[in-house]
Amino acid sequence: MNNVSVLAAEVVSSGETAAFWVLGPIALAGAIGMVLSSNAIHSALWLVLTMLSLGGFYFVQQAPFLGAVQIIVYTGAIMILFLFVLMLVGRDYSDSIVETLRGQRLAAILLGIGFAGLVGGLIADATSGVESVGLAEINADGGNVPAIARLLFTDYLLAFELTSALLITAAVGAMILAHIEREPGSRPGQKEQSISRVTGPRPQTLTGPGVFARGNSVAAPALLPDGSTAEDSRATGMEMRRPPAIASGSIDDLDDVTVDSGANRDGVPQ
Amino acid sequence: METSYVPASGLLGSAWLLVLIPLIGAAVLLLGGRRLDKVGHLIGCATIVADFVLALALVAALAGQAEGEQAVTDTLFSFIPVGELQVDIGLLLDPLSAVFILLITGVGALIHIYSIGYMGHDPARRRFFAYMNLFVAAMLLLVLGNGYVTLYIGWEGVGLASYLLIAFWYRRPAAATAAKKAFIMNRVGDVGLILAIFVMFATLGSTSFADVFAGASGLAAGTVTALGLLLLLGACGKSGQVPLQAWLPDAMEGPTPVSALIHAATMVTAGVYLIARSAPLFDLSEAARTVVTIVGLVTLLYGAIVGCAYDDIKKVLAYSTVSQIGYMFLAAGLGPAGYAVAILHLLTHGFFKAGLFLGAGSVMHGMNDEVDMRKFGGLGSKMRITYITFALGYLSLIGFPFFSGYFSKDLVIEVAFDSGGALGWILGGGAMLAAGLTAFYMTRLMVMTFLGRPRWDKDAHPHESPSVMTVPMIILSLGSVFAGFILVNVIPLGAWLEPVFGPEPEADHVVAPIVVSILTTVVVALGVAAAWFFVARREVPIRPPVNVSPVIKAARANLYGDAFNESVFMRPGQWLTRAMVYVDNRGVDGAVNGLAAGLGGTSGRLRRTQTGFVRSYALSMLGGALVVTVAFLAVRFV
Amino acid sequence: MTPTYYLVLAAILFTIGAIGVLVRRNAIVVFMCIELMLNSVNLTLVTFARINGTVDGQIMAFFVMVVAAAEVVVGLAIIMSIYRTRRSASVDDANLLKY
Repeated sequence: MNNVSVLAAEVVSSGETAAFWVLGPIALAGAIGMVLSSNAIHSALWLVLTMLSLGGFYFVQQAPFLGAVQIIVYTGAIMILFLFVLMLVGRDYSDSIVETLRGQRLAAILLGIGFAGLVGGLIADATSGVESVGLAEINADGGNVPAIARLLFTDYLLAFELTSALLITAAVGAMILAHIEREPGSRPGQKEQSISRVTGPRPQTLTGPGVFARGNSVAAPALLPDGSTAEDSRATGMEMRRPPAIASGSIDDLDDVTVDSGANRDGVPQ
Repeated sequence: METSYVPASGLLGSAWLLVLIPLIGAAVLLLGGRRLDKVGHLIGCATIVADFVLALALVAALAGQAEGEQAVTDTLFSFIPVGELQVDIGLLLDPLSAVFILLITGVGALIHIYSIGYMGHDPARRRFFAYMNLFVAAMLLLVLGNGYVTLYIGWEGVGLASYLLIAFWYRRPAAATAAKKAFIMNRVGDVGLILAIFVMFATLGSTSFADVFAGASGLAAGTVTALGLLLLLGACGKSGQVPLQAWLPDAMEGPTPVSALIHAATMVTAGVYLIARSAPLFDLSEAARTVVTIVGLVTLLYGAIVGCAYDDIKKVLAYSTVSQIGYMFLAAGLGPAGYAVAILHLLTHGFFKAGLFLGAGSVMHGMNDEVDMRKFGGLGSKMRITYITFALGYLSLIGFPFFSGYFSKDLVIEVAFDSGGALGWILGGGAMLAAGLTAFYMTRLMVMTFLGRPRWDKDAHPHESPSVMTVPMIILSLGSVFAGFILVNVIPLGAWLEPVFGPEPEADHVVAPIVVSILTTVVVALGVAAAWFFVARREVPIRPPVNVSPVIKAARANLYGDAFNESVFMRPGQWLTRAMVYVDNRGVDGAVNGLAAGLGGTSGRLRRTQTGFVRSYALSMLGGALVVTVAFLAVRFV
Repeated sequence: MTPTYYLVLAAILFTIGAIGVLVRRNAIVVFMCIELMLNSVNLTLVTFARINGTVDGQIMAFFVMVVAAAEVVVGLAIIMSIYRTRRSASVDDANLLKY
């Protein structure tokens, strides 16, 4: 690893080999798992596994900065963003097993295997005799981060500045895309809410979830003194758990209640 | 033969008025619209009568010209002044055209007056007179032209007028078809005429009569013969001669005055005029003249035979016209000895055939436009004037001694025998035989129409025509009685035409004229007797008998002339047209439409690949990436 | 053991991502597959950087990450707005643009 001659081939350490054979299958398993999971959240978690493995590879391949970025930015930020959006929109949605496009799966797999074989074979053939130079020398001068920075702020400065413009554009664009324009006055303000609360049919506060119930989960509706479910206490936007059967009779209608999560997500009083 | 032309002066310089007056009449009548409906016929007649008066004055003035100056030309304007091609429109008034302008305006005026009565109930009478005036103008231009191009303009003008008048009742499919047939068959002949004009210009550089006749003797014999044959083709088309005879009988679909004026007296004789006018050319080509005589003989026999079999009174007269014009061609083809005879027969024929047609028209007028002679019979007592005038025309046509036709037809037969040799015997014999046939079919016509027991339809009420119709018939019948005698003995036509055709050669009689006369008269008598025996002494069946000899069958089918035309020209033409249409539809259009349909179909199917499913598109992208990779490999390693 | 192994592994990961794009219908999962493909490319870049002995490849990978971050933000926003209007995150449901 500490070979100092410029073009001399570095020696791949046995530790790296071991790391490859450990992390490689994990990355593959993560990738395959992501594709095969019917649940989108499982897919995301499988992908996290793959990305962590790739981050490990970066560390092993003398790119500690990228490895860190991979783990922090990708696995930490981007994948969390994925999960966040999944929770918002696609949580209740899982792929049907049935493929609707005729021949799509078979063609995709055949083409994929052909492509992988072709590209993989080509790369293997082209680089089989190549010895890697290694970055030990470059990284030695203050480390990997200064090496990258030296290049980034000289040769790649323009591209770097352009990426900043790209990022700010993306941020603005995402805000515009996700923003919902509402008519002024279509949403009751604090004053209107107070008035409606006082003059409404129910002067007191709504029963909180979980009151008198056995669990205190937000998914458990409150129970009234007679043991029946307090309809008002139901949280919007989620499946309600079946309450403990204190008094049978009015609980059948609680089976799999799914409140439309989109329309009432904002919790506007009805 | 040298012809010297002198410029027009004085009254003779106003010959152009002759053409202009009826032309203005036609224009006024056509453009005047309905407000002239009440007086249109009077305008139409007035122009022609004025023309006749002017023609008389012109002929008188021409007769007063000094010897050798009786050919007056008047160049009106330059028509086509292009480099080598200098064509002027000009008029030529000489004894030949004088004869024609008198015939055209004289007979034309009578027939116009007759038409006042005949077309009295037709709502489109004004249009009729307009076309008739147009015809007279074109015909006068034809005979007055001082060159072949001027003649050709008149030639096409009469063709147009003929077409318009045959199709006058254009709502009747038969009339429309007949008009088209006439027009198309005339085109065939016109091609011959215009080719002749082209040849003249190519070889002589001019198309005026003076230049052409002066330069003709310098031409090669083959060129002259070709010119003669091309002119003959044109003449055949216009005059209804074999092989272009089929349109003339069909042209009887037009109103009867049209048949009398255009398709009996004047236009159809334009072919004879063309040959007579081109006499200096035909004089130079023995071969061309022989062909003319043969065409004449074949046609006169053809017309006479077919005329015996038809029951339609106008068709019989039409075939009779074909046959009589055949006589004229025969005479004209015999060279200097025959030109004047041909013109003589043309004139007498103009009188008696016009009279006969007017008589036929009078009969139809009284019989609800019936033309089938089997439904006539016994009309002589009901239509006395018509009967008498018709009988006079009939006697003249069959050549009854000392009637007009006797003089002219006898002369034709005489000249035919005189031409000598075997051909002379054939021509003379054929002409004489045809005279007998003429006597047969005309006697049959007379008997079936005017004599015998009435076989009328129930609603027929035969009556004499008004005097506006009978007076022209009377005048024409007088002409058919005396014209021959006058033109032979009082004002000898041969002498009058001498400035044009040169002196008549001394006749070298093969058969003595008196013998020819007697023989012809005997043959005619035989024909009359045969008709009397076969037709008059028997009851005429209303339906034509079916079981007849093949000869009669053939004659009824006009000796398969129409069948020949249909099978040789029409059917192959139709097949060709259909083949062309098929090729156009399936080949040309098929290629274009097929290409479009193929592209459309392919596009429609390719369109189906645009499913809207992003994953399908992604799949094809992956496939494309694979293909590109393989292509790189192939380029790299193969 | 040579760096070639990394490259082959990256090709396989890339292909798995591509197949995932083709067979999955949930737009977010498709998006994740695209991320996997980007990551496999990053792996090749890093590997080539090591083979060549320069850090340019690492900088490329860095840029890819930056662009991927921007892309994820925008893409997820698009998916959200589509879901908001169509109540579905399936890529097959958005097939109006067709013949």
